[in-house]
Amino acid sequence: MSCCGSSPGYDDLNEVSRLVSARLAAFLRTLRDAGFRVGLAEGQDAASLMTAGYAARPGLLRAAFKHLFSARKSDWDKFDGLFDAFWLGKRVRSRSRTIGSTSGANNPSLKSLRDAAAEQGGNQTVTDQLSSSDDAPEGGSGEGRMEGASRADNLAEVDFRKLSDPDQVAQAHEAAAQLARAMRTRLTRRDLARRRGYRLDLRRTIHRNISHGGVPISLVKRQRKDKPLRLVVLLDASGSMNMYTAVFLRFIHGVLDQFREAEAFLFHTRLAYVSDAMKEKDASRALDRLSIMAQGAGGGTRIGESLQTFNRWHAARVIHSRSCVMIVSDGYETGDAALLGREMAALSRRCRRIVWLNPMMAWEGYAPEARGIKAALPHVDLYAPANSLQSLRALEPYLAKL
Amino acid sequence: MKNRDEIAQALAASGYIADADLATAISLMQLLRRPLLLEGEAGVGKTEVAKALAKVHATELIRLQCYEGLDQSSALYEWNYQRQLLAIQAHRGMDSIEDQVFSEKYLLERPLLAAIRRAQAPVLLIDEIDRADDEFEAFLLELLSDFQVSIPELGTIAAVTIPHVVLTSNGTRELSDALRRRCLYHYVDYPDVDRETRIILARVAGASPSLSLQIARMVENVRKEELRKVPGVAETLDWAAALVGLEISDLHDAPETVYETLVCLLKTHEDRARVTPEVTQRLLGRVA
Repeated sequence: MSCCGSSPGYDDLNEVSRLVSARLAAFLRTLRDAGFRVGLAEGQDAASLMTAGYAARPGLLRAAFKHLFSARKSDWDKFDGLFDAFWLGKRVRSRSRTIGSTSGANNPSLKSLRDAAAEQGGNQTVTDQLSSSDDAPEGGSGEGRMEGASRADNLAEVDFRKLSDPDQVAQAHEAAAQLARAMRTRLTRRDLARRRGYRLDLRRTIHRNISHGGVPISLVKRQRKDKPLRLVVLLDASGSMNMYTAVFLRFIHGVLDQFREAEAFLFHTRLAYVSDAMKEKDASRALDRLSIMAQGAGGGTRIGESLQTFNRWHAARVIHSRSCVMIVSDGYETGDAALLGREMAALSRRCRRIVWLNPMMAWEGYAPEARGIKAALPHVDLYAPANSLQSLRALEPYLAKL
Repeated sequence: MKNRDEIAQALAASGYIADADLATAISLMQLLRRPLLLEGEAGVGKTEVAKALAKVHATELIRLQCYEGLDQSSALYEWNYQRQLLAIQAHRGMDSIEDQVFSEKYLLERPLLAAIRRAQAPVLLIDEIDRADDEFEAFLLELLSDFQVSIPELGTIAAVTIPHVVLTSNGTRELSDALRRRCLYHYVDYPDVDRETRIILARVAGASPSLSLQIARMVENVRKEELRKVPGVAETLDWAAALVGLEISDLHDAPETVYETLVCLLKTHEDRARVTPEVTQRLLGRVA
């Protein structure tokens, strides 16, 4: 039923509308590059809208396309900027850059689009440029991983900051990804084994026993479906953590890839939602995308403020009753420690468990003296070191019990 | 009815003040025959859109409230087991009884099945889809693309009419990309002062234009405060009704009453404690 209006439009395409549809195709590519999920059906509907007279008024066309192409709030927010840049030749609003992870790459391509639009007819080259920017085939990463894992044992106890050899670093990354995968499989299996009905389902029992004339011989029980465990990872990407950030980014990438439900955030002086960027299949490309976000601005770490942002804007969507929030940070709060305490309290009311991983904890002579960590610790359920692969692996049994 | 201005007028006549964007979305719904997905904070009037749409089309509103564990038997159809059993007991020994008990007479229509079997296309409101499970979402997707239901004992039931489908989501769970792509998307935001004033005028009997404007401005100020639960349009209407009921014609005349009636807007203890009489006074000061 999706495109009942589109077929008549295609039959009487004249030369003008042929040009229009070429432009439309270029616009769809722009949208896809900006992270929109736009399929063929949307393109056909858009074409039929343009032939139905929507193209005559830019405002109306923008509103119509906005509804058609947007699929979520972030799309909705950045659509107007993209539309104006493409069709009306205006500048992209800076807002869109902070929202999406992918949009940073858009400005140059949009600009070249705009220039090409002035020339007219240069559409084909334009789309080619666009596609080369982000559509490279994925894959080729599957085989190397196994190798890394088998050698991972030697690496398991080495503190991440002592890894200097690029090979070793690569192996640690592979092992982190592998670990994430293993955790997911085992957590899921335990989940299934535990299911058992606890309440009689009368309707189904009667239905099942119709063949016995309604005498309830075989009983049907009702069980509450377990939600899969959801991991929400908040990673401190500030300067003091930079020896560990890369490995944890890789671990998070593995978790997002493998867990059915996981979300990830980065913070230093502010909080950034990175799940979408991390869902890129190719790990190195995903990490590249994050490199800008992960670079601490050098202004310290505002854990409290970042948590406040999280609680206010993301928590309702991201956290459900079987969620574990994993904060990876050294706890050096440069903002208000009291705020951190308050926000931790608010967070602990919402989620099942808070795990705080502190890579510094395994350092000799480390004591949680920093103001930040002192304020946060009362609300933390598990406070553990996370400086080596082994310590990461030790978390799994804990998570399985949630 | 395709023109968006006509749609906006028709919606206004039914008591829903829509912005131009939403009117466009509704005209597209009809043109492209796609469902409309409404997202937004709780209380901004997502459900009201569907109700107004039903009034505009002068058709029935069929509502499916989603919740965790919602399954096919409460959303689509179910056999009426008790009646089937009674029939079997009563006609014991008859050969044709098996055909009889699996006939339409013993079929219980649930909202989704009901929606595709009406002679006049109804408005199907699938409320809070984010509360349902992933599995149900996938099932819904199939129904929304084919508009037919297959019942093993009875055969395939094709849609008599295609309903106007409105889905709402509060964003407690991320919806699948497939479902999002299937739908037109509209984000319902808190209305601006002008629109909220018109909403109050349309919905609260006895509210004067000047008071409505004051209320809308005050609510806008309250929304800018750091609150845990930002008041929605429903709360505004409650508050307006309360003020009208207390026969207040100007907010500045009765600051204490304003403070006391803020319970209509502020729904948590923390928010209540945050908006003290002094804060109320300050917010009122910004209302012209």
